[in-house]
Amino acid sequence: MASRDDIKFLNNPNIGSRQKKYCRFRKFGIKHIDYKDPDFLMQFINEQGKILPRRITGNSLKYQKRVAVAIKRARHLALLPYVTDLLK
Amino acid sequence: MQKSKDILFFKKNISLRSIFDKVMRHYEVTFIVDPVLSGDEIKSTAKTYEDMLVTEGCNIIHVDEMGLRQLAYSINKRSSGIYYTIQFDIPNGEIIPKLELSLRRDERIMRFLTVKLDKYGVKYNEDKRNGLIGKVERKEKKENVKDRKRVTTPAKKPKAPAVAATATETKTQTEEE
Repeated sequence: MASRDDIKFLNNPNIGSRQKKYCRFRKFGIKHIDYKDPDFLMQFINEQGKILPRRITGNSLKYQKRVAVAIKRARHLALLPYVTDLLK
Repeated sequence: MQKSKDILFFKKNISLRSIFDKVMRHYEVTFIVDPVLSGDEIKSTAKTYEDMLVTEGCNIIHVDEMGLRQLAYSINKRSSGIYYTIQFDIPNGEIIPKLELSLRRDERIMRFLTVKLDKYGVKYNEDKRNGLIGKVERKEKKENVKDRKRVTTPAKKPKAPAVAATATETKTQTEEE
């Protein structure tokens, strides 16, 4: 009797199947992005303070543009840096 | 013509309040005050702009004092500043250039930013004042994690009894043999 648990794969089937990226603004229904909240915006910038691309964050085009605007406003108000190193 | 228009206006049954809300424009001005000034001077600078907006006929909704914060980069050789945010409504935007000019001329103000808010922005600020924002996001995330767990755990559970059942079956088979 070979039950289903006894079957062993030669290759690990979990390798190569990545979790699908999604737009968190669409998913959670966030309609407004606050430029006065630098901790939230930190999720969308890299260590040097650069805005992360859409292919990494998974944001939809509409919200990626709004995130970019919010980050630029935060930079103007010195809530986020324009250029740095080792931000995170 | 005028009369017929008026009649239409009443027929649509639009309340004056809703029109007023539509006509009103929502703005938010954030500025950084020099931290070298004394406490009273800092408060008076914020007060002058509040008074200016009130005299111009604005409806001030909220004044948020974010307090002393470390700046991400130095401005005018200062490494910290006191942040103020004033949210207000006005029927037209004629006041904005005047406000910005006075902010620019003021030596006590290090940086400022005026933003027009849409209805979502107004709602966001209202929720934030009531303490709904921040918690909501975390809760949502936690719920999702729970949901994932719920989905994964029942999928695993039926397997174990099935295995047990097969084991008992095998046992019975062996007993029969």
